[in-house]
Amino acid sequence: MIIRVQNLVRTFGTVTAVSNVTFEVRRGETFAFLGPNGAGKTTTIKMLTTVLRPTSGTLELDGLNPVTESTEVRKRFGVVFQDPSLDSELTAWENVDIHGVLYHVPRRVRRERAEALLKLFELWDRRNDLVKTFSGGMRRRLEIARGLLHTPKVLFLDEPTQGLDPQSRNQMWTIVKNLNSTEGVTVFLTTHYMDEADRVADRIAIIDHGRIVATGSSAELKQQTRADSLEGAFLKLTGTTIRDEAFSAADQMRQFARFVRR
Amino acid sequence: MGVVYILWLRELKKYLRSRVQIVASLGAPLMYLGVLGFGLGPVFRRAGEGSYLQFMAPGVIGMTVLFTAMFSGIAMLWDRQFGFLKETLVAPVPRVQIMMGRTLGGATVAVLQGALIFVATLVAGFRPVSVLAVPLAFLIIALIAVVFAALATAIGSSLKEMQGFQMVMNFFVMPLWFLSGALYPLQGLPAALAVLTRIDPLTYGVDGVRGTMLGTSHFGVALDVGVLLAVGALFVAAGAWRFSKIEV
Repeated sequence: MIIRVQNLVRTFGTVTAVSNVTFEVRRGETFAFLGPNGAGKTTTIKMLTTVLRPTSGTLELDGLNPVTESTEVRKRFGVVFQDPSLDSELTAWENVDIHGVLYHVPRRVRRERAEALLKLFELWDRRNDLVKTFSGGMRRRLEIARGLLHTPKVLFLDEPTQGLDPQSRNQMWTIVKNLNSTEGVTVFLTTHYMDEADRVADRIAIIDHGRIVATGSSAELKQQTRADSLEGAFLKLTGTTIRDEAFSAADQMRQFARFVRR
Repeated sequence: MGVVYILWLRELKKYLRSRVQIVASLGAPLMYLGVLGFGLGPVFRRAGEGSYLQFMAPGVIGMTVLFTAMFSGIAMLWDRQFGFLKETLVAPVPRVQIMMGRTLGGATVAVLQGALIFVATLVAGFRPVSVLAVPLAFLIIALIAVVFAALATAIGSSLKEMQGFQMVMNFFVMPLWFLSGALYPLQGLPAALAVLTRIDPLTYGVDGVRGTMLGTSHFGVALDVGVLLAVGALFVAAGAWRFSKIEV
């Protein structure tokens, strides 16, 4: 097990964002947190990635405690947060290069791996362009490439495909799944897209209102609930469907409108 | 060391790429220099104080350094809102190195901006006592830059939203500038104002630049440098402490 989480709780004032969550992630697998916005997915990732302290409970990443051994833990994961974290005034190459320095990757390794990753994510030709000229899909790919530069053991992807068109989503997952099998990097993603969890994750944890409702492969979840789709399983387990589909449709319309205006 | 350097370099690259911003931020000091420098010149001369342009040029340089250095605090809020800060905060390096890289970067940019204004004052007719005085003055300018870049880091780490910085500018940066004696001599001030000017660290910065460039200072350059060093150490420590407390 590369990640163990036991009885994890995080409260913000009177609001309980994560309520007694327990789960494990196996080495090398692709693990998905599936749930609506506000379910506690991001809060859990923030605690695993050392930027937020848990209220109570225990966390373990590669046998280390993110609270007390944060520096060692940080060397072992790469993370793509929900909000972009690139410097848009710098070039793609500079963004990746700074990351390499921050993670103490030796210069030669840094250059070689940056080149390999930028080629893999189809950004090599644009490496000397400022990130502010990049599309949403390119930025996302660049963030993932950057997160992998220091050869982490775990790659956290928090809602990595939000706001991306289907083509960009497909391309992104093809590359990530490929790296998952060639480099053996464990992928921990959060999503509220059923089809995405169904397609890319080896195991899924369904999370709602800060609690994990069920964990298992897509097939297991369907079997357990006698549903014929993951959506059906989700509905039976949580008593609700993921609500913001309409919201994301509106988002897509807006993006489309912006695209046309340009 | 590599971490401090790369983050310092980042600030510098961003500065050199933002030509529009460089020119825009020279606007206010140039206006003070042009309008006040020449506008109040005759009154100042009639009062028997000599050339007002000579007197206020070090103050305008100090103003530029203050504003540019404080601006690095806004840049941090920007990074916080648009993400790059998070990338540095999850990196496996001590926070103090990240803070030092950013702060020294902000300070360097402020010194460069101060150098540009210095050239502008020369064009306007400002004349330092000797060529040798210039590098000495720039050591003091560098100290001013570190003092306020560190203060900006401390403030930027403590604020969560962009709007907060507007308040800092109006209630903090503007008073620092107006109370620094950049525009008026420190002799014979009303008691309350005299006390306030002596609390303002920029007062010692401007006085130090005047002392080196013109050979006349109110407190003496040694005291000026001493105060700047002490305040600088205090602010760097405060900045490092506040920065280490950031949660995202």
